Formats: sequence, C-alpha cells, structure tokens
Amino acid sequence: MTKSKGLDSLEPVAGNGLLHRRLFLTGSAAVLGATFMTAKAAPPEVPAWMKTPGMPMRAYGERSPHEAGVQRLVGSQPGTTGSGASRTPLEALEGIITPSSLHFERHHSGVPDIDPAQHQVLVHGLVERPLIFSMDALARYPLVSRIQFLECSGNSGGNNNAEAPQQTAGGIHGLVSCSDWTGVPLGILLEEAGVKPAGRWLLAEGADSAAMSRSVPMAKAMDDAILAIYQNGERLRPEQGYPVRLFLPGYEGNMNVKWLRRLKVTAEPTMTKDETSKYSDLQPNGRSLLFTFPMEAKSVITSPSGTQKMQGPGLYQISGLAWSGFGRIRRVDVSADGGKTWGEAALEGPVLPMALTRFRMPWRWDGSPSVLQSRAIDETGAVQPSRAALMAARGAQFRYHYNAVQSWSVAAAGDVSNVYA
Amino acid sequence: MRKWIVTLAVCSVASLACAQEGPGLGVPATPEQIAGWDISIGPDGAGLPPGSGTATAGKVVYDARCLACHGVDGAGQPNDRLVGGQGTLREAAPIRTIGSYWPYATTVFDYVRRAMPYVTPHTLTPDETYAVTAYLLALNEVIGDNDVMNAETLPKVVMPNRASFDSAYREPRRR
Repeated sequence: MTKSKGLDSLEPVAGNGLLHRRLFLTGSAAVLGATFMTAKAAPPEVPAWMKTPGMPMRAYGERSPHEAGVQRLVGSQPGTTGSGASRTPLEALEGIITPSSLHFERHHSGVPDIDPAQHQVLVHGLVERPLIFSMDALARYPLVSRIQFLECSGNSGGNNNAEAPQQTAGGIHGLVSCSDWTGVPLGILLEEAGVKPAGRWLLAEGADSAAMSRSVPMAKAMDDAILAIYQNGERLRPEQGYPVRLFLPGYEGNMNVKWLRRLKVTAEPTMTKDETSKYSDLQPNGRSLLFTFPMEAKSVITSPSGTQKMQGPGLYQISGLAWSGFGRIRRVDVSADGGKTWGEAALEGPVLPMALTRFRMPWRWDGSPSVLQSRAIDETGAVQPSRAALMAARGAQFRYHYNAVQSWSVAAAGDVSNVYA
Repeated sequence: MRKWIVTLAVCSVASLACAQEGPGLGVPATPEQIAGWDISIGPDGAGLPPGSGTATAGKVVYDARCLACHGVDGAGQPNDRLVGGQGTLREAAPIRTIGSYWPYATTVFDYVRRAMPYVTPHTLTPDETYAVTAYLLALNEVIGDNDVMNAETLPKVVMPNRASFDSAYREPRRR
C-alpha cells in the first residue's frame, strides 16, 4: 500500500510524528482520515429503527442507553456512603462543558436533601445590617453567568505515589469539571449588608450534616465570587449544592461551599478543620502553608490516555484539557517523545478565564513505543512543571495542588498507561 | 459626598458588585436568629458556649460516641487517627493528627460540635463537647487529665505545631 501523498506533505512540528495543528483546523484532515477508513462490505440495509416510529417525547431527557457505561468513578470513605469523592470520566467526554450528571463530587457528610422553601442564607458578623435571604429573594437578584472550572485541590494526588497508578485519565485527574454557573454576585449582597472596615474575611458554611466551613478573603468575595443557583442552565444538582453554593472562580474546590446557609464576616480566618488540618500544605521542612487558594496551571491529554488502546499505527487526534485558576490558558505544548521536543497544540475557542480549555494536536503514530505529554502555560506566564520538578520542590508530604505534567506511555501493541517520565 | 468617595473606593475592587445594584430583598436578622445559626468558633475562642468538661468525663463520651470510627484512645481506623504522630512531619509518610498537626485547640471543639458524631451530628451537649475536646487534647499530652476546658481555658491551649504554619495568602494591593 502506498502512502498518501497528503501525509507526506504534512508539516512535522516536533519529534515522533507530531504534526502542525493546522491539520485539524483546515479541511485536510477529513481527506486524510478517509485513507484509514475501511468500508464495510455489507450491502446497504434499512435498520430496525427506521422501520417503526421512534420513542415518545419525554418531559426530562436522558442519554442514550448505549452510553450508560460512561459513569463517575465513586469512592467512599470507610463506613460511609456519602463521604468521599466521585470522579468525572474525562476520557469519555469532549468539549469543555461537563454534563451535570458527571460533574465530580467531594462530600464530607453526604448530600443533603434540602427543601428550597425552607432554606435561607444568613449574612452577618462584621456588617452594619445582618440579613437573611430566602431562595425566592436570591433568585430575584441580578444574575451573572460564567463558564468556569471547579477542581478539588486533592485532584491528581495519586501521582504523588511512588508508583504510577494504572487508571484512566478520569480516575487520576477527574476531580475537575467545568460548568456554566449562574448566580448572584456576592458583592451585591455584602454591600446591602454593609461590610465594616475590619471585615477582611468571610466564613462560609454549608447546610450538610458536617456544616462544612471555610474562610474566604473579603477581596475575593468582593471581586468575582457568586452565589450560584444554576448549573448548565438548570437549578443546581443536589450534589453540587442545591439550592445555592458559593462559587469562587479558580479557587480550590473545597472553598466553594455547597448548600450555603451562612456567611459570617470576620476580621481574621476562623481556622476551621478544613483549612488547617486538611487543605493545608505540609512542606519538606515540616512547616505548612495555609490558604493556598488558586489552582495552578495544568493540563492532561484525555485521548489517548490511561487504559485505552490504540487501533494500530496511523493518524490520530490528541485531545486534552488545560486550565488555570490564575486566568486564561495562553498555550499548550504537546510532546510525543517524552518531552524531548514540543509542538504547539490548537486551542479550541473560546478560551475563557478560569475555564477548561480544549486543545488538539494531530499525531501520526508510527507504531513505536512513545510517551505523550502536554504542558500548559497560562496568561500570567506560569508553566506547568514536570513531575520531577514538582516533587523536588514540594516533597512527598505535599498532598494537594498536584499540577505536574502527565505522561502517557503508548506501547508498540497500542496499550496506553500512566508513567512517570 | 463622603459616601460617594467610600463607594468609589469599594468599587475599584468590587468589579462585579458595583456593576449592578441589588433590590434589597434581605430581611433583617435578629440577634436571637443569629445566635441560633452561628456555630463557628474563632481561634480566639469567640463563640464558645457556656459549659465545661475534663478528659476523664470525655473518655466516657468518646467510648460511647466516637470509638467505633476512631478506634480505642483515638488510634484511628476505620476513620481518621486523632492521636500521636508528633515528630513525624518531616518524614516521607507524616502522621497528621490533632496532636501532631492541628494549630488550634478551638478547631477541635468547633469541628466536633458542627460535624460529629458522623451519624448523629448536633446531638452532643456543650459539656460533652468540651469533655471530648479535653479527652483528645489529653490523649495527645497537650493538657492534663483533670484540666478543665471551657470558654476561657480552651483558647489558651497552645497546640504543639502551632508555630509551624504560614499563610500563603496575600491581600491584593488596594488600587
């Protein structure tokens, strides 16, 4: 079989078969893709679903039963069913919006079933006028909508282990999701309550049975925080804080308190369990950092990725996600030779601040063992570090904010696995 | 005029808040309502309720209400270990417990009161909560078995790892 002329004329941008991102931006990919398609020999037939009228309409939609295998990976803490985490199956999804049903979860005492008619939010503490807001009242406030990611600060922590965990992209990195969040700018409510000058922090508390609580800097609360009441166009899912959650763009997931019931303006942080004993960063010298809030620049290739299998040599599209809690993704580089050479991936627009950003890169795999990596650079110039650099800087004690480059090994037989490279 | 200047200063930071004005639908909260809702306790002890307890009384409460999840004497399993680990924070596998890691004793009271026991939270009395807190502090040899924990004494307890925390947060400069 002779090689397609088109493939020979493609412009390599880095070693081991990485091709210019232009390939998928122009129409040429479709032509090239045809080279690899094998036509089915069977004659055209009328399938069963064309011989009878389809299903009736339904008041609330569901996905195809053929997609039922796409599931969150649920892991509970011992002796509980509702505490722990479930992870988004990143490898099964495309685009940048996470379906609400597949948004990751992290709960500390299960998912409460809250009656919105009884739920209220109290704003008090160092304010001129303590106020109580009903859900009906909150829904009448001016709303803003933004597509933004949410990431648990413990995401990707499995890669802290001495041995690389053999899991899917979602199994390792699936504590990140991205939604269209709609809510009331928190600053409006705080201005109505009248924050006193000494009020530099805010305690946010949930109405779950752990009354999960975190301290939030007033500057963040007044800048871009919202009380979210809609997710992807509909009211929040119970797992995401129904009927109202705090949403702090770019900040570690735990601070985005779900089932929000109380905001107390304070002079100093309250030093809750989840900002001292947990979600603090122990360093090699034995000292610990409190309040490491923004999630750093990060990316992961979702296709091909861990536990997947390549379908033989040929042209593939590498696809992945990049994000930064400090703003927009400026660039994503991809390597197919374990970081020796890098090429710039195409970013799918719109590239939004503190949102997942989809990147893509054409790759002609020649069938030889390869190591795929991606490296995000955000608009502040922050570069996603290698694993070796991150581990050297932070030590093994560090539990949270793991944002190192992910390496996927592609074996000659096509099996994709997690490696430290 | 003075109000206008204040508003301007706030708006330079409050990008979202100042873009729009609220309809003023909050209902004033009474002190009684606030007292019922406000369960958080600061590191200075603000918010601690009346009541008291010792480790001796706390062991009784612990064995009945906490042991099933946290083990005998806070040794852990199936859930978090609460005792020991002092001196391990620089090791590759540090043991983070109340005694080895937590910076504030007030956090123990706050967390027990808001979230524990896991299956029946908000059922311990203030005396029981002080007692369990005292028990956990005494197991970690931070206080003695007969030391009384109350709103006055608890905030004065200095945790062993207290001086090892630094804040990574820097307030943005006011423009």
